[in-house]
Amino acid sequence: MTAVLEAKRVVSGYGEVEILHGVSLTLNENEIVAVIGPNGAGKSTLLKAVFGLVSVRGGSIHLMGRDITNLSPDRIVQSGMSYVPQTENVFPSLTINENLEMGGFVRRDGLRDRLERVYGLFPDIASRRGERASRLSGGQRQMLALARALMLDPQVLLLDEPSASLSPKMVDSIFEKIAEINRGGAAILLVEQNAREALSFSNRAYVLAMGENRFEGEAKGMLDNEEVGRLYLGA
Amino acid sequence: MSMSVLAGRITDTLTTTFGRLRNVSDTGTAVGVWGLIGALFVWAALAETQLLVVGIIVGSILALGAIGLTLIYGILRFANFAHGDMMTLGAYIAFFAYISGGSIGPLSFGFGMILAVLGAAAAIAFVAFASDRIVFRPLRLRGSSPAILAIASLGVALIVRATVLLLWGPQPHRYVSGIQFARDFPFDTKIKPDQIFIIASTFVLIALVYLVLYRTKLGKAMRATSDNADLARVSGIDTDRITMWTWWISGALVAIAGVLLAVQSQLTPDMGFSLLIPLFAATILGGIGSPHGALIGALVVGISQEVSTGLDLPFPPGWGPGYKPAVAFFVLIVMLILRPQGLFGSKS
Repeated sequence: MTAVLEAKRVVSGYGEVEILHGVSLTLNENEIVAVIGPNGAGKSTLLKAVFGLVSVRGGSIHLMGRDITNLSPDRIVQSGMSYVPQTENVFPSLTINENLEMGGFVRRDGLRDRLERVYGLFPDIASRRGERASRLSGGQRQMLALARALMLDPQVLLLDEPSASLSPKMVDSIFEKIAEINRGGAAILLVEQNAREALSFSNRAYVLAMGENRFEGEAKGMLDNEEVGRLYLGA
Repeated sequence: MSMSVLAGRITDTLTTTFGRLRNVSDTGTAVGVWGLIGALFVWAALAETQLLVVGIIVGSILALGAIGLTLIYGILRFANFAHGDMMTLGAYIAFFAYISGGSIGPLSFGFGMILAVLGAAAAIAFVAFASDRIVFRPLRLRGSSPAILAIASLGVALIVRATVLLLWGPQPHRYVSGIQFARDFPFDTKIKPDQIFIIASTFVLIALVYLVLYRTKLGKAMRATSDNADLARVSGIDTDRITMWTWWISGALVAIAGVLLAVQSQLTPDMGFSLLIPLFAATILGGIGSPHGALIGALVVGISQEVSTGLDLPFPPGWGPGYKPAVAFFVLIVMLILRPQGLFGSKS
């Protein structure tokens, strides 16, 4: 297996506060990897550091063999990785079509084709392409956020809590979509509060606590691990 | 009862009354506000046709300034108080660049004015961009709050106005001396050829701005950045470039607004500054950050200001054109009470 994304001993934080004290992880081709852990473990900060949204003070990040440590987000997105933030992940006053056009902003050609491919994946929003994104329901908004991130046909997709604040039924269909995107060839790294659900469809998982790696392994067996269950999943 | 207790009671009563008003559903206030605007337009058209025409002229000039103000607010998140004085400087640069002589058809000025307008637009686009590079950008990079940026813009405003005073003095100037006679139009209105030129050119410009914002990749990226700058960067949009274009476009527009304003009256060093309140009223009315809101807001403010001069009110004493800025304030306050997010603004 080849690693598409590799974070090594990443140290990062905001201002004076250090959140990540040397976190490492690897994402291989065609994998879905979940990062779980209690609140304040630094899960979201890890994704932001990987995507250049908070500065990396130590360690390194490689994307498909290329050093992208502290590259700006608009450069990283051009190297084949996209990111979906947890909240405020659509442009509310833009139409659905314009949201996707912005997702494909750096594309030089093939925008039309890609638009149709992405709409094919998300028929729910395809029928409403001229409407403002602010009129979408929570679940459809999340679909649009995923769709926007797919406009550049990324090889790596970072998802920050894709199931947050969605109804149980919506959670299932979002995770189905994520699995479908993964089958289409994108490796996926996602952060989840909803650990049980996330582990059920991931290949591997990392457990983070207090800004440090605590545990890693196959997702399937992880829920059975007594220590993980007790400490981090509230089981 | 002491004065302070009384004042407290009054404030409490007002707060609860307005609180109740605001709790009326979102659509309720929207319908109410649009109804008021519609009523104003219809009444003005029927009772004060001549003033309505003047209001549209003033409103369309305001719109050119308000669109830039709203774009800067949307993308850079601060109230730019220097915008009015950029308008003044634009008008004076055109005054400097204007080579008089000749006239285009019935207009009071010649082709030299077209060149002067373009020169002023380019110059202010540059000055506005320079103000960002020298003042606002360093503050942004330091993580300064919107309040600090707004106060800094007040400083820029003072520098610009002082420069105008130094170079051209406090006395008023005119592009062209002499009187232009108005022509008769249907419905008993009299309009000068220059005024028709002003309305036509502002509407062409607004249409152009609309095309740029809604039909081009750059414009869509500007609106996206205004919606959510972080998400724009994450999508691969170079927000520094978007910022630069925002200054160029809003600078050029406000310079042209200044020239058109001076064409229909005269140049004074405080002409732009005195329009700051109506400009902000227009942007807030439309929903700050919304370009088409700024256009509608500017027309509402312009028309209500002009039409108010035709009213014969017994109160306040000495009611007349001098109360125009107060009308802008009044419109602003009513809007803030009924619908603080503006016509096209979002609630959050």
